[in-house]
Amino acid sequence: MAEAFKFELVSPERLLVSAEVESVVIPGAEGEMTVMAHHAPVMTTIKPGVVTVKSASGSEERYVVFGGFADIVPAGCTLLAESAVAVKDVDRADLARRIQEAKEDANDAKDDQARSKAEQFLGQLTTLEGAILPA
Amino acid sequence: MPSLKDLRNRIASVKATQKITKAMQMVAAAKLRRAQEAAEAARPYSERMGSVLANITQAVGGGGDAPALMTGTGRDDVHLLVVCTAERGLCGGFNSQIARHARDHIRRLLADGKQVKIICVGKKGFDILRRDYASMIIERVDLREVKTLGFVNADAIARKVIHLFNEGAFDVCTLFYSQFKSVISQIPTAQQIIPAASASSAQPESADGASAVYEYEPEPGEILSDLIPRNIAVQIFRALLENAAGEMGAKMSAMDNATRNAGEMINKLSITYNRQRQAQITKELIEIISGAEAL
Repeated sequence: MAEAFKFELVSPERLLVSAEVESVVIPGAEGEMTVMAHHAPVMTTIKPGVVTVKSASGSEERYVVFGGFADIVPAGCTLLAESAVAVKDVDRADLARRIQEAKEDANDAKDDQARSKAEQFLGQLTTLEGAILPA
Repeated sequence: MPSLKDLRNRIASVKATQKITKAMQMVAAAKLRRAQEAAEAARPYSERMGSVLANITQAVGGGGDAPALMTGTGRDDVHLLVVCTAERGLCGGFNSQIARHARDHIRRLLADGKQVKIICVGKKGFDILRRDYASMIIERVDLREVKTLGFVNADAIARKVIHLFNEGAFDVCTLFYSQFKSVISQIPTAQQIIPAASASSAQPESADGASAVYEYEPEPGEILSDLIPRNIAVQIFRALLENAAGEMGAKMSAMDNATRNAGEMINKLSITYNRQRQAQITKELIEIISGAEAL
């Protein structure tokens, strides 16, 4: 049994999770990472994806986040998400709307850099949609 | 002297008004509680955002790669004011307080020869500022349709502001809103959001957090350029939430006053009514008696 640490998932609207957990999987900008107790201090941006929280009692919960960043210190981990919902509460229409917006952004992009950024974001969103659909 | 019937009508109408103001007060009280809860729920996010931002600013160390949103354009010729007010009136001096604060600021800027642009959030502020500064209002955000304020609303405003900034439409951006202190006291506040004025005042996370050497993924500069726009959205969101709570507080006390005034008015009117009725009875009696005596 791994050691527990403090994890907080905060969205601008409210504090979603504040609990002792065993491990958290974060969709970091440079790839997924699993955070456990005594992790080296890292600060990373996160891409749209699923955060899997394994609590100290062994139960597992999954949340969908749309961008944000994570602040990891040995004593705990704080995830500031732009928007976060539990996977079971995900609103399909909302997700579809976001994808639509991302598509429009990609089409409207003025220069190559902006376009590739928008397309990357769109790709992340579609992957996310694929990941939670069967759930 | 109004007739008895007029007085009766008058009393009935004041009573009806009192019922309405009473109901509005109760609605405002219920909404206030919800708005306060929302404001409180949003607090952890902005607090953590502040400490993370302070940490990362320290890491970047004010080097040349700090994004322009933070350092500003180096000029302060064109000012953008984001004035947040309520969508509805009937809340005492709430809206005019904010508008007055903004107007004073505008006057000062104009006297210094600066250029001013205004974004109005909320209908009431727009109505007030339109009178004097219609030509300066470049945008108007309507939140009337919005039932519960979400982060998306604030984000949309922030995006507009950042877009304007990137186009070089302004140099300094200031946010006007009302700080919610208590139900009876809201303080109109001006907060500079671009360039970020608070960067130096925010204290980095103390104890175990700050002393540790962070690893950044991706580079600190990149995170920072992602973080700053988000921080602007968060600050606008907080301002909107404070405003919502303040509006309801102001409305509650305004409606409480109105209810009390209506009560006083009813008392006064009933006394006049009773007195006049008595006078009429006496008059009729005198007429009967003097008529009987004359026989």
